[in-house]
Amino acid sequence: MILTNSLANFGRYCMFLTRTFSIPDRWSVFGKRTIQEVSKLGIDSIPLVIIISLFIGAVCTIQMQLNVSSPLIPSYSVGLATREIILLEFSNSILCLILAGKVGSNIASEIGTMRVTEQIDALEIMGVNSANYLTLPKIVAFVFFMPVLSVLCMGTAFIGGWCVAAFTDIIPVSRYVYGLQTMFTEWYVWYGLIKSLVFAFLIASISSYCGYYVKGGALQVGKASTDAVVSSSIFILLFDVILTKLLLQ
Amino acid sequence: MIEVKKLRKSFDGRTVLHDIDATFYTGKTNLIIGQSGSGKTVLVKSLVGLLRPDKGEILFDGRNLLTMTSQEVKELRKEIGMLFQGSALFDSETVLGNVMFPLTMFTSMSRAEMLDRAMFCIERVNLKGAENKYPSEISGGMQKRVAIARAIALNPKYLFCDEPNSGLDPKTSIVIDELLSDITHEYGITTVINTHDMNSVLGIGENIIFINKGHREWVGDMSQIYTTSNEALNDFVFATRLFQDVRAYVAKHGKI
Repeated sequence: MILTNSLANFGRYCMFLTRTFSIPDRWSVFGKRTIQEVSKLGIDSIPLVIIISLFIGAVCTIQMQLNVSSPLIPSYSVGLATREIILLEFSNSILCLILAGKVGSNIASEIGTMRVTEQIDALEIMGVNSANYLTLPKIVAFVFFMPVLSVLCMGTAFIGGWCVAAFTDIIPVSRYVYGLQTMFTEWYVWYGLIKSLVFAFLIASISSYCGYYVKGGALQVGKASTDAVVSSSIFILLFDVILTKLLLQ
Repeated sequence: MIEVKKLRKSFDGRTVLHDIDATFYTGKTNLIIGQSGSGKTVLVKSLVGLLRPDKGEILFDGRNLLTMTSQEVKELRKEIGMLFQGSALFDSETVLGNVMFPLTMFTSMSRAEMLDRAMFCIERVNLKGAENKYPSEISGGMQKRVAIARAIALNPKYLFCDEPNSGLDPKTSIVIDELLSDITHEYGITTVINTHDMNSVLGIGENIIFINKGHREWVGDMSQIYTTSNEALNDFVFATRLFQDVRAYVAKHGKI
């Protein structure tokens, strides 16, 4: 039963994507909507990203210092380890898990409400491809803007660690900065950005799918919103494993 | 003209529409009436292509909706306007934005031409001055009128209305009914209205189709509805307390 349902859902998701990735009825309308979505899904997420990154960067630095306080380990390894954590996991996987909550529930509830109030039916009656009109701008906008959020997250997290070094005495600032710079692997940045692109696509498309097929009323919209966050999170973790295997090994 | 032939629709083995035959005439207000759960909404949703019937034909001036390609359906839908039960206005758009939406999507008009056309439609439904308000800032009756303005923006040949009076007070209902009737006659539209409001039936019903338990039970106009011998229709028509009292009075005294 679970397998049948999963297969049916996957098939419907593929058909939904087929409808979504068709040529827009009006490019000018598509462009305008995409810019609106960049603002709503991307720019509005910047404060959250900054706050979380700042604190996580600080916490990472403190915990690294606590765990590597050995005379055999050089002090700059605190900065180095913080950098690797931020670049490899936090700025993409963890950030996207957090954004799945904010952006995913936003998308699912918006589209779900449009479904239950017959706004999607109204679009269909007019001859508009509703999946394309509603979803494609969201996917394009979020995938386009996610690398910006990811880079912002990296920078802010490093600043969070620097603040700990600057305003406490657990590690000298020069050692922290040296740790950030030493043995730097540029590929890790690209690896993080590639992952963030894939995760952004998963969040936007899965959440749109959950909202688009809502049946019922307000209760079902709430459930769709929860399903969107849960499903997006699971697929982010699944693809995290797959992409890490493909890109780093 | 829209012709429906032997239309059947089932859900999970339960037949909701049983081989419905009906004709909806151009330039007339065609009403589909019946009790809640009788299959009216399923019939209207089948007519506009939101539901796929199991069998039958739906002919829009001879063009069968059920055998059209997706491109042909898309083209046909540009000739269709629909007024939903809950208005289905776009929350994020103003009244003007809602009315301009179909023009933006499907015409090559300049912005000034679109504004002219949208304002004409807004004035036609007596909403001048409300064009910059959002749907949440206007009353239910005004929302219905905005939905009518949006539905007629592209000069549709066919107008479908799903319970246009639901949730409205009797006076506002009459305003909406008169507006729909005027628009139908003025532009020669084939209007199909799904309702169980007796005020609408007696006020604007030029071609009435009575659906009972998924069957087409009766066809006629508003002048014939009082004299029908169809028992189910009589039960439906005289279901209001006022009508029941009048009926009892006439039975007792012979006349009013």
